[in-house]
Amino acid sequence: MKRRGSVLIGSAFVALAALAFAAPRVVAADKIDPATEAKAFRNYFTAKFPKVKLDDFVNGPYSMNADMRKQWVEKEEFPPYEFAVDAGKEMFAKPFKNGKTYADCFPNGGVGIRQNYPHFDAKEGKVVTLELALNRCREANGEAPYSYVKDEMASLTAYMAFTSRGKPFDIRIPDDPRALEAYENGKRYFYTRRGQLNFSCASCHVQSPGERIRAEILAPALGILNAMPIYRSEWNGMGTISRRFVTCNSQTRAVPLEPQSDEYRDLEYFLSYVSNGLPIAGPGARP
Amino acid sequence: MTAFPQKPALIVAFATAVLAGAWTSPALAQSAATEGQKLAFDRGKGNCLTCHVIKGGDLPGTIGPALKDIKAKYPDRDTLVAIVTDEPKRNPQTVMPPFGRNRILTEQEINAIVDFLQTL
Ligand code: HEC
Ligand code: HEC
Repeated sequence: MKRRGSVLIGSAFVALAALAFAAPRVVAADKIDPATEAKAFRNYFTAKFPKVKLDDFVNGPYSMNADMRKQWVEKEEFPPYEFAVDAGKEMFAKPFKNGKTYADCFPNGGVGIRQNYPHFDAKEGKVVTLELALNRCREANGEAPYSYVKDEMASLTAYMAFTSRGKPFDIRIPDDPRALEAYENGKRYFYTRRGQLNFSCASCHVQSPGERIRAEILAPALGILNAMPIYRSEWNGMGTISRRFVTCNSQTRAVPLEPQSDEYRDLEYFLSYVSNGLPIAGPGARP
Repeated sequence: MTAFPQKPALIVAFATAVLAGAWTSPALAQSAATEGQKLAFDRGKGNCLTCHVIKGGDLPGTIGPALKDIKAKYPDRDTLVAIVTDEPKRNPQTVMPPFGRNRILTEQEINAIVDFLQTL
C-alpha cells in the first residue's frame, strides 16, 4: 500500500514535469522559473522521506537504508577514496611542463570551489563542468587531456571536492536565454524515457529512491551529485560523474552519450541546480 | 548422424505446441512453467527479480510489488499477458518495461512466463 502511494506521488511529479515540457513554447518561454522548480523538486523528496534530514540526501543510498548506513559508517574509518585525494593533491601541486599549475586555471587556486560547478559560460554560451574545466586547463597548458571517467580525473575532482566539503551547492542560472535553455534541456534529458527498457533517469532516482534494484538501493535525485566522485567496490576504484552517467545509461540498455557531450553537461547543470543549498560531500564511497 | 534430423523436428513440434497455446497437457504446462521461471529469472531476458520478490529467486529488488498469490489476484490469464507485454499501456507512469512491445520477450516467452506466474 505504502509503495503504491509513493509511486503515485512520484508519478504526479513526473506528470507535472512532463506537462511543463508539453506546454506550448511561447507560453513556456516566460513561465519557466528554475528557482520555483528547484523548490518543488526538493519538497517532493522531503515529503516522501520526512525522516531524512535535508543535508543527508547527499549520502545517496545511505540516507535511505539504516543497515547500509551502518556498514558505511564503519568503512569511513579507513575511507577507500583517500588514495585518490592524496594523488589529486599531489597532481594539483606539481607544475605542468610550462611551469604553470592547475591553480592558475581556477578561482581561489582551485581550493574550495567545487560547489560552483557546473557554471554557465557566457562567452561559449554553454555549460562548463569541473571535469571539462580541468581538461581545458591541461590543454591550454600544452598537456594531453585525461580520460573523463576514472583514475587521474577522479583523483583531481576528489581533491577539489574534498577541499569544498560542507559548502552548499551554489549553481547560478544567469539571465541569459541560453542558460535557461541549457537547464531545460538537462531537465528534459532527465525525464525522457529511452532504450529498450523504457527508463528515464527519473524512473529510478525520482520514482523509486530507497527501493532495492537487485542488491542495490537507489539513491534519490536530490543531492545525487554532491558526493561525486565516488569509490565503488563494484568498480574496484573511483568513478567520476561522467562515469556514473555512462554506467546508468548502459545498464539500462540505452546507448550512452560521449562524456561531456552537450546533453550530459546540461544534465549535470540541471541536477546540480536542483540540489542548490545541499553541501558538497565528495569524494564518496559506495558499495 | 542418422538420428540427428529427428531432433530439430521434435523441438519444432514442441515450439509449435507452445505457440498454439496447447496447455491442456499438465506435463507440457509444467515444463512451460519451468521454462517461464528460467526466462523470468534470466538477467538477459525477463530479469523480473530486478524489481520483484519472487519465490525461488535470489537478490530480489523491491521496486515492484512481491509477485505472490497471482492466480487469485489475476484469475484471467489475458490480464497477466497484458501486464507483461505492455504495462505502460495500463499505467503510463509505471517503471515496468514494456517487454512485449519493445521486443525484449517474444509472445511465446511471455506465455511461458505467465504460466510460471500462475504457479505463484
Ligand atoms: C534502472 C535504474 C536506473 C536508471 C534508469 C538510472 N540509474 Fe542512476 N543509478 C542506478 C543504480 C542501481 C545506482 C547505484 C546505486 C545508487 O547509488 O543509486 C545509480 C547511481 C547513480 C548515481 C550515483 C549516486 C550515488 O549516490 O552514488 C548517479 C549520479 C546517477 N545514478 C545518475 C543517473 C542518471 C543521470 C540517469 C539517467 C541518465 C540514471 N542515473 C538512470 C540505477 C539507475
Ligand atoms: C523496473 C521494474 C520492473 C521490472 C523489471 C518488472 N516489473 Fe513487474 N511491476 C513493476 C511495478 C512498479 C509494478 C506495479 C504496477 C505498476 O507500476 O503499474 C509491477 C507490477 C507487476 C505485476 C502485477 C502485480 C500485482 O500484484 O498487481 C506483475 C504480474 C508483474 N509486474 C510481472 C512482472 C514480470 C513477469 C516481469 C519480468 C518479465 C516484471 N514484472 C518485471 C516493476 C517492474
